Parts: sequence; C-alpha cells; structure tokens
Amino acid sequence: MAELVSLTIDGRTVQVPPGTLVIDAAKKIGVEVPAFCYYEGLSLQAACRMCLVEVEKMPKLMAGCTLPVAEGMVVRTETPTIAKARKSTLEFLLTNHPLDCPVCDKGGECELQDMVFRYGAGESRYTEIKHHVDEKQWSPVVYFDAPRCILCYRCVRICDEGMGVGALGVINRGVVSEIAPNKTDHLECDECGMCIDICPVGALTSGAYRYKTRPWEMQHVGTICTHCSNGCKTTLGVRNNEIMRGDNRDQSGVNGEFLCIKGRYAFDFYHHQERLQSPLVRKNGKLEPVSWKEALEAAAARLKAARDAGSKIGVIGSTRTSNEENFYLQKFARLGLGTNHIDHHRTGDVVTLLDALSGQKDALATTADLYEKPAIVVLGADLALEHPLLSFQIRANFRHHQARVYAVTEKPVREDKYAAAAIRCDAAGELAALETLREKLANEPELVIVFGDTVKGDAVRKLVAFGSSLGKPVKYVALVDYSNSRGAMDMGLVPELLPGYRPSGQTGMSAGEMVASGDLDMLYIVGANPLEGGQPLGGKPFVIVHEMFLTETAQAADIVFPASSAYEKNGTVTSVTGEVQQLKKAVQAMGTKPDLEILGLLVREMGLAAQIGPWTPDKVFQEIRETVPGYNMPLPVIATGGAVQTAPVNGRIEVDARPDLVRSSRDGLFTSGTLGRYSKVLNSVVEGRHHT
Amino acid sequence: MTKLYNEPSPLETRVLTKRFGLPNSASLDTYLATDGYVAIRKAIEMTQDDVINEVKASNLRGRGGAGFPTGMKWGFVPRSSPKPKYIVVNADESEPGTCKDRLLMEYDPHQLIEGMMIAGRAVDAKAGYIYIRGEYRYLIDIMDKAIAEAYQRGYLGKNLFGSDFSFDCYTHTGAGAYECGEESALLESLEGKRGVPRIRPPFPAVVGAWQCPTILNNVETFCAVPPIIRDGGAAFAALGVPKAGGTRLTCLSGHLNKPGVYELALGFPLDKMINEVGGGIPNGRKLKAFIPGGSSCPILTAAECEGLTMDYDSMANAKTMLGSGGVVVMDDTTDMVKVALRIMRFYAHESCGWCIPCREGTAWLRKILTRFVDGMGTKQDINLIGDLAHNMLGRTFCPLGDAAALPTISIVEKFRDEFEAYLARTTVSIPVQSDLPVLQPGM
Repeated sequence: MAELVSLTIDGRTVQVPPGTLVIDAAKKIGVEVPAFCYYEGLSLQAACRMCLVEVEKMPKLMAGCTLPVAEGMVVRTETPTIAKARKSTLEFLLTNHPLDCPVCDKGGECELQDMVFRYGAGESRYTEIKHHVDEKQWSPVVYFDAPRCILCYRCVRICDEGMGVGALGVINRGVVSEIAPNKTDHLECDECGMCIDICPVGALTSGAYRYKTRPWEMQHVGTICTHCSNGCKTTLGVRNNEIMRGDNRDQSGVNGEFLCIKGRYAFDFYHHQERLQSPLVRKNGKLEPVSWKEALEAAAARLKAARDAGSKIGVIGSTRTSNEENFYLQKFARLGLGTNHIDHHRTGDVVTLLDALSGQKDALATTADLYEKPAIVVLGADLALEHPLLSFQIRANFRHHQARVYAVTEKPVREDKYAAAAIRCDAAGELAALETLREKLANEPELVIVFGDTVKGDAVRKLVAFGSSLGKPVKYVALVDYSNSRGAMDMGLVPELLPGYRPSGQTGMSAGEMVASGDLDMLYIVGANPLEGGQPLGGKPFVIVHEMFLTETAQAADIVFPASSAYEKNGTVTSVTGEVQQLKKAVQAMGTKPDLEILGLLVREMGLAAQIGPWTPDKVFQEIRETVPGYNMPLPVIATGGAVQTAPVNGRIEVDARPDLVRSSRDGLFTSGTLGRYSKVLNSVVEGRHHT
Repeated sequence: MTKLYNEPSPLETRVLTKRFGLPNSASLDTYLATDGYVAIRKAIEMTQDDVINEVKASNLRGRGGAGFPTGMKWGFVPRSSPKPKYIVVNADESEPGTCKDRLLMEYDPHQLIEGMMIAGRAVDAKAGYIYIRGEYRYLIDIMDKAIAEAYQRGYLGKNLFGSDFSFDCYTHTGAGAYECGEESALLESLEGKRGVPRIRPPFPAVVGAWQCPTILNNVETFCAVPPIIRDGGAAFAALGVPKAGGTRLTCLSGHLNKPGVYELALGFPLDKMINEVGGGIPNGRKLKAFIPGGSSCPILTAAECEGLTMDYDSMANAKTMLGSGGVVVMDDTTDMVKVALRIMRFYAHESCGWCIPCREGTAWLRKILTRFVDGMGTKQDINLIGDLAHNMLGRTFCPLGDAAALPTISIVEKFRDEFEAYLARTTVSIPVQSDLPVLQPGM
C-alpha cells in the first residue's frame, strides 16, 4: 500500500491514497463538490465544469473531478469566485433549457433544480429564442426530451461502460449537440432504463412513468424484484395503493445502481386486467367466483378427507414465493397432509454443488465477489440475458479492477468483448473446454466460477474437483432461474430434503411425476404452472391452486385462491448467490392474500394451527432462523434491507440430488416464465422488436 | 516556375520556404537537389539525445499557436516505454487568418516528411501520421504523391539508408472540425472517434495516439527540423530572438496592399511588417485594429501596436499572443462590432459541444451580437457580452472557449464606443468598405 497523500480541503486535513481525485477526497470528509457529469465508477468527462475548485498556487479554477491530489495541496471548494463560476455555468445551462419544471417528471428530484436552487441566479439574462427540438420516443420505455438535456454524457457512459451495450451516442456539435440512439430514430438495446435513472435532469424519461405523478407524492418501498434470481433491490414508488415506478433510488441493495427492465418496469403485471380478485370453485364444470369462506371450507374439507383416507396428495411449490411461504408449505405438506410428494421446478444443481463442496469453507461466491475477485469463469450461461446483474458486476470488475474474465459458452456472449479467453463448446461440453484453460486459471490468485444448468450432477463434482486441483481459492455460483429458486431448495421443497439440506429419508414424486401420475388423488399447487406446455394431467386429481392469474394450471384446478404477488407481501427471499433479503409490501391488490396467509387460514380451517404454527412472516422467519441450518442470520441486517449470505450446512448431503430434474427456463431479458406474459412493458418491447 | 500565391518579399528570411517558387518544388528530385534528406542521414548518425539537444539548442517553439518549446516536448517522450511511439503532424490548419501550413505541404511536402522522420529517429517512432484538415483535400493528393515517391526511391520504409532506422508515413483526413486542431481532439479523430478533446494530463508525449507516446507538432514545426539538424540548432536560433529561434511563416491578410505568406525572422518589427512586407494599408487609410496570430488572440489597437516586434515575449507584454502566424490588419473602415460577430459566429459554429461554458456561451454571444448588429441591442448587452466572455474564460475544458472569449473581451473593452454608437443609431463615421484584395494563385 502506497503512502497516503495529505492535503487540506476547506481548512480540514484529509489523507487519501495517491491518485485520488480531489472530488473524492472531499467526499471523504463530507464535503460535496457539485457536479453533473462526474459519476463514480464511470469514465471521467470533466464536461460540466460545475466542480471547479480553487487550488492554491494554481492560476485558475481547477476541475475537481479530474485533478489528482498532491501532497500539501490546499483546496477550497466554496469561495465567492467559485460560487460566481457555478452561477455562470448554470446560467449557460439554462439558456436553452425549457424550464418546464412544473410538468417535468424530474421536478423535485432534479439535480439541475437543486443546483440552481443552491448556486443559480434568481432571474435570467437570456432574452434570445431558445433552441428547441421536439421530444422523441426511442423505445416503449425510453423517451428523450433534448432541450432538457445538459449533455453530461452519463447516459452514454452507463450504456457503454456499465451495460456493455453502447446504444447511445452524440450527434451534431456545439449548441445543437444531441444524444442519439443507435438506430437513428429508435433504440435497440437491453431496455434497462439505466440511462433514465442516471440522467440528472428530465431529458430521459420512462415510458411507464412519465406524467403520472410527482416524486414527492409517492412513498418509496425498497423490496426485491420478483423476476430473475439475481435479487436486485427495486424501490417501488407507491401512490394511493398504486405502484408508479421502480428504480434503485437508494442504491442499497446487492445491485447497487443496477436494475434491468424487469426490476424497473415489469412490476406492472400486478395490475393486469386478468389478475384474479376472488377465490374460484369449480361448479358444474365451471370455475365460479365464491367467497373466501366458501373456498377455504371447501378446500379444507377435501384436504382433510384426503389425508384421513390416506390418499395420495402431491404438493408443488413456487420459485417466487417467500422463504416463509415455502417453509410453511413444506411443513404443511409433511406434517399437516402427511405427504412427502413435494417438489418445485429445479433450475440449477445447487444440491450437488453443496455436497461436492463439503468441507470447503467460503466456497460460495456473493454478488460482491463477482465485482471484487481477480478472475471470473462463466460456464454455459449467457449472463447478460439471463442474469443481468451478475453480468453487470463482472463488467464493472473488468473496468475497475481489470479482472480476467473467461467465457466458456455455447454461443457468443457479451463477456467475449473483454474476456481474457472466450471459448465455444457444445452444451455439456463445458468441462472439456475448461480443461484447455487450466494453465491460465492455475495462475490466477483467486477464482469465481459461475455455471449454468448444463453443468449438473457428475459434471458439478468434476468442476469442483477441477477447481480444487488448481490449488487456489475458488468460489462458485450455481445459476438458478427465479427470485426464490434458491430459497425453495433451501426450504426443502423437494422430496429428498428437509429445510437446510437435511435428508428426509423418504421418497416422493417429483413435480413432473405428480403431473403425469395416473393415481394421484389431490394436487396442491402454490404459484407454479407445471401445465404451462399445455400437457394434460395424467390422472384426475382434485386440484387446488394459489395463483395470480388463470394460468393453464389454474384453469385445470377445482379450487383457485387469488394470491398476492411478491410486491404485495412481506417476507424474505434468497438470491442466486444465497443472499437473503427482505420483501416489503408495497401495495395491496384487491381480493388477494399472500400465499402464507392462504395456507395459514387453511391450516386453521383444518384445525392444524397448533401443529403447524403461526403464519405471520416474522414468526415463520423466526422459526426458520431457529431451525434451518444456515439461516440463523442477524435480524437487524435483514430488517433494515440488507443482505446476508446463508451458510448452508457444510457436510455431505447423502441423497440422490436428481440432476435429471434440473432444467433452466433460460428466460432472456424480456421474458420471465409465466409471469412475463402479464407484463405489458415486457410484451411491448418484444412486440417492438418484431416491427423493426 | 511553380505559381506562387504572392510575390516573395526581399525582407524575408527564407529558410523553410527556400524551395517555394522552384520548378517542381514538390518533387523529390528538386528536394534532393536542394539539401533534401541530408538532415535525416545526419540524424541517423547522431544519438537520439543529440538530435533532441540540437532541437533544444535551436530555441524552436511550437508553431501551432501555444509556442511550447519543441525540444522540451520531445524530451518528454518516455523512450524506454515498451509501447510503440508515433509521430503525428497537426495539419488541421483551421485558425482564421492562418494559411501557411498549406503552402508548406503544397510546395515542399518532402521537407515535412523529413522533419517527421527526424522526430521519429529522435524518439524511436516508426510511423507518422499527417492529419490534414478535410477542407484541404487537394493537399492529401500532394502529400500522398510525395510519400509514394519517397517509398519508391527508398526514402521511406524499412532500413533506410542502410541503417536500422525504419519509418512509415500516412495521411489522414479530418472531417471539417476546428476542434480537431486541438491536439487531443485530433488524436481522438485520428483514432476514428468523435473529435472531442481528452482530459490532460496525460499529455500526448506520454499517452497519445492509441494510448502510446506521441510527438504531435504543427506542420511548420516539423518543417523547421531539417534545417535545424542540417545547419545546426545554433544557426537557427541565431535567426530569431534570444528566447525563440528561427523564422515564422506569417500570413498577412486584411487591409494590405500585398497580402500573402512571408517567412520573417522572429522579432521582425510589426510596423515594418505592415508597411514594407505587406505593402501598407490601401488608399492611405489608418490602422485601426490588429490580430497578431489568428482570431483567438486578443485584438490590439493601433496605439498598442507601436514599437512591437513579432515574437512571443513582445506579444505577451502587449497582453496578446503570437499565435499561429495569422496576422489580420484592419483599417479605420472596419466595423468592430461586426468583427466581434464574425469571430463569434466562427467559434459558435466550431464549438464541439463537449463542455457547457463554451457550448452555450458561444451560441449565446453569437445571438446577442447578431441582434446587436441588426440594430436591436441594448445598453445592458454591452456589459453582458463582456461578462459572458469572462465567464467562459479559463473555465472551459479546452482552449476553444478561451479562444472565443479573448478576442471578444478585447473588442468590447477597446472598442466600446462602437457598440455604443450602434445603440445611438447615429451615423457613425464608419466609411464604406473598401474592396479587399483576394488571395489567388499567381497574383
């Protein structure tokens, strides 16, 4: 570690590593040097000239965002000269700015407004005609209003550097310079909306949010995105029980500043017109709306009778419901219904990985590891499309730490562009291809290996053996699909395992076997759509379903309970990297109940309340912390919106992990299983693609 | 006899322009017959340090405008760096009033090539790029022809003159942006990117073209190198004044009887330059204003010009710059408000748009000045023009903002009465414009 450099900022001494920029050194002692174009983590621009500071012995004002510290430097960040410079820069900025703050989406949270409030003039000396350009729509989600743009290039940089897409650039020059999309008049990109979020003014606005509300009229609820498994925190802006937008306002999640289209816009399924708002019971062959009381009584009666008769009952859980719901469901199934036919859609071979890692410490990578470790191997997955946050982390790692990235995939992937090596192989041929990198990987001080669903069973064991043979610390991520795919496994939604990977010692049918089975008497399905492909049930079981929509599975049900989405409940979910985070209820969808409450009411109706236990999320989470290995995490961290990685049992898991059942849906950027169908934004983007 | 744009003056010191006017002056044969490619052979025999020291001894200062000592700049190149090094010629001559580089390339392209080669020899660079402004399309043909001829006859390429020195040379066209004359923007453009300036430091000598150490100089600077190596730095230094050696190609334009490009020793008296070299102001009119080195310089009044000499220090003492050698002489028929507008129109048009003060400031000033000239100015506008220009000065990302601010400030301060006269709408005694002589080949 090099010697620290000591300098004085506004009369206070600060010590920072050499090469630190004055703007960052100031931040360290709580001095904010205002800037538009400077953005931590992106390349330097020095274009806005707001961060000018006075430095002793320098003849003119210096840009704090590009000036490295020097020993003994004396910096002043607030002087009359600086204030005048900032005032004049803002005056320049406002010359062609439309000053349409009263109707601008950004009003109230606009950096330009704040800056003018702080440094700007009360009146304008500009009496000329303003340069006007009409507003443009670049995609279903991105609108651009050029006159509001201050050309800080944050959008251009985040798209290029952060996303690796590079869909934005600049056309023309001088005062008519304009940000422009890659397809002349429209965008072809990830539609992540990062450009909108990073825009300090109202130039880039969201198609889903624009002109809907004022920022100060919303409450901001930080919860976890329900789509993919990456566990991004999305802050939902809520007004009058309506979600107006999603963004990463406080940047406190594992995703930092990142969100993709799903986290930012695809909450919209929650008010789709086909959302179920009442329980349904099949009468005369037709699903009819009934009261909760009637539906619960009917379901409880059937379940009780089936259990008492010793009938065959199957239970299929969800990859999106909370840990509490999954835990409670398996407890209900095993204790309440006396069945071990319980499963869910498995999308990654987590069990084999944990078993193979038996005895190894700290061998599971966190989201942060992907940003911090010196070398990353991507095995058999297109991260940019399937796991956008992980892809973002690796890109940032390459940019900031020059990480070596190795991509071993079937098709070209975005990582290729900066990879130390990019190797193409057949699906399931990843390990052989990886062997060719042995020498390079052995030279890495540390390694993270991320692998997709084609690496399963023995291949996972071989992969871990390969990693161990390198003689370096290696961490792994077994990719899984949805927001709580990992949690479903951790909570024992499989026949062979109880919560915390303890063998159940019993056999049971898999989800596929339950669907195909000819002699199943009852099928209880929570938030899953096993009949998605349109295949019929093998037998004629009585089917009870918790669902948000009348999916193929719900249509085949005898009783349907309208379930709440992840945005309408409290609880916890576990991300692909095993990081547990809190769901916070943002809204209440009319007529629905969280799955945990539905289960609880049913348990009560069946008279099992004393046996199965209370059904509030905090009580169930407490039970999980006490009984499930790896989940005894500090409550305050979770309760304040933090993430804690579970440390699952470190020892052999003596069961057949059923790698044959592992199958990823391979959702891309614009699909999200059955749920994706009900997001207008996702659909509009997909439709847009078809037209161009 | 190759046609010249203007008759040479006997008062010139013709070092760089000594081949101007010779038959086929652009040809390799003519070049070889007049000491051509002598200096590079000599440089190959010298050590690299000796080459740089010779340039230092010549007191050669950059001819692009900033006047940075050339030898010192070359000395900044980290020769031990494992990266390749490059030579880049700034031939993006765009400064209004400046028209010398085109003649150096048109009449004596081999001198430029040889200058690049010597620079290459000095810092171990094996390739050089000549970045020629897009509007000088015809020069690319001339340079390409000269380069091809040099390759053909073994003056460019591998193992030159039986030594281990190799050098390749390429031309590259600009696309019509003044900003690309700024060295870091030029490098961006050369690399195929948008022509906007880079954050400096690092300077090109350390991190230049393709992130490699690069010597980047003006055409005239490189053209001065062969004579320096051939005849010695001391001889070149002796031509000029103590702190600045040699000659400047001075582009005389404006209200003069004999406008043109003249090679004058540094320190040439300003008065003599106007009245003898330039043939004086037509129709016996009086000098009103003077631009010493391109439109970016603060403008001098006639009174301020008295006793000045054309060199860096003399101009700095007069609070202006020697600049790029583009001298513009304005007689007492000149409307200074229109001059301010003309200059600001240029900078507003050429502002790259990267940073706020320049992008918005130049456009705003252009609007105010346009309105002013149209007779719709107000008294507050006069202060506003000066104030806005001051707000740009020293606050922009690159010197373009300063280049727009400096002349504007000087005009508003020194010719305020003309602005006030516009307000009064009285018939100011600004006589009708005289016909201006136009530069043409063969004049």
